[in-house]
Amino acid sequence: MTARRAWVEQIMGLPVSVHVRGADPGAAPVAEGVARVFAELRRADAVLSPYRDGSDLSRWERGELCLGDADADLARVVELCERARERTGGWFDPAGLPDPRTGRPRYDPSGLVKGWAVQRAARHLAGLDGYGWCLNAGGDVLVRTPAGGPPWRIGVEDPADPGRLLGVVPLCDGAVATSGSAHRGAHIVDPFTGRAATPVRAVTVVGPDLLWADVHATAAAARGPAALEHLAGHEALMITSSGRRLTTPGFPGRAAPLRCSPV
Amino acid sequence: MRRITLWLLSTVSALVLLFSYRTSTNSAAPVVASSSPPAAAGQATYKGSVAQTRWGPVQVTVTVSGGKIVDVAVPVRPDGNHRDEEINAAALPVLRQEVLDAQSAEIDTVSGATVTSDGYRRSLQAALDAAHLS
Repeated sequence: MTARRAWVEQIMGLPVSVHVRGADPGAAPVAEGVARVFAELRRADAVLSPYRDGSDLSRWERGELCLGDADADLARVVELCERARERTGGWFDPAGLPDPRTGRPRYDPSGLVKGWAVQRAARHLAGLDGYGWCLNAGGDVLVRTPAGGPPWRIGVEDPADPGRLLGVVPLCDGAVATSGSAHRGAHIVDPFTGRAATPVRAVTVVGPDLLWADVHATAAAARGPAALEHLAGHEALMITSSGRRLTTPGFPGRAAPLRCSPV
Repeated sequence: MRRITLWLLSTVSALVLLFSYRTSTNSAAPVVASSSPPAAAGQATYKGSVAQTRWGPVQVTVTVSGGKIVDVAVPVRPDGNHRDEEINAAALPVLRQEVLDAQSAEIDTVSGATVTSDGYRRSLQAALDAAHLS
């Protein structure tokens, strides 16, 4: 008998939910793992939030803290952002993004931090033998299924009508990230012009890990349909600003079995 | 009409989130009450607290059976005048149908553009969360 339990907290300004499936999701080790996931995400937010004046990120940007003295996570994220910029041909770029509060250009790695932090925090659930879990941070999703379990079914929201679904991605292990303008207006910036990017309403990327699915979704939202040729093993569904529906040939990924095989 | 529909849905989603937080953080006794008839074994109705809005008090309930949402209702809502009633008549079935459509697609979660403010998309995710909080 498989039971399921959910936890929700508001972290990084987003609703973060954890669903756990297994024999006894109410057991203490499960609750402890989930609590560690939330604690690690809160800590990442304290260090890396562009919204907090006292975060290591903000202090580093103002020149009050050098990278060597800051929390080691800051240097890790800066380095990962550089790799993300290279891998996306410059279409993911944290430099010169508008400050979420003032609109002034600044260094904002948020587009990478969420996926990276969630991916890393999920290690606290990895040791739960026989349990499957689904982490959803503001619409970006990471799942794991034990051998023999059913795949998680991830609905892809319709940007034109967020109460409805464009489709369903069944996934045993991996990530689904969506980027677009459905909820916050045009907040995606074209790094080559510095202006709001408009070619895409929403793009959903499926891949093995959330960090890169999220980076590719952010880059594709700025670049438009051409990005679908450069996804390095990821699958994607894109709705252009004119409402066209484009997918990579393999979307939504390998056909998921009724039961998942061992990882 | 469309805008008011959106307002009502976002209010409902905010309420669903409100009660989900309270349950998940254990800061208070769960607001969940099993108020379903005894005949329906394993069925429970999750009740949100009553929120005061500028249009009047609003409360949402989600009925869960066997881990699935089988109904969404808004038992307390502004209906002080004919206009309110007209809006309720249009908006509430839409919310109910959207949640039930998501259920019939048997989805576990929703991927969508990042939400930082209360968006009614959350009503779907929050309802999916709410169904498994206990």
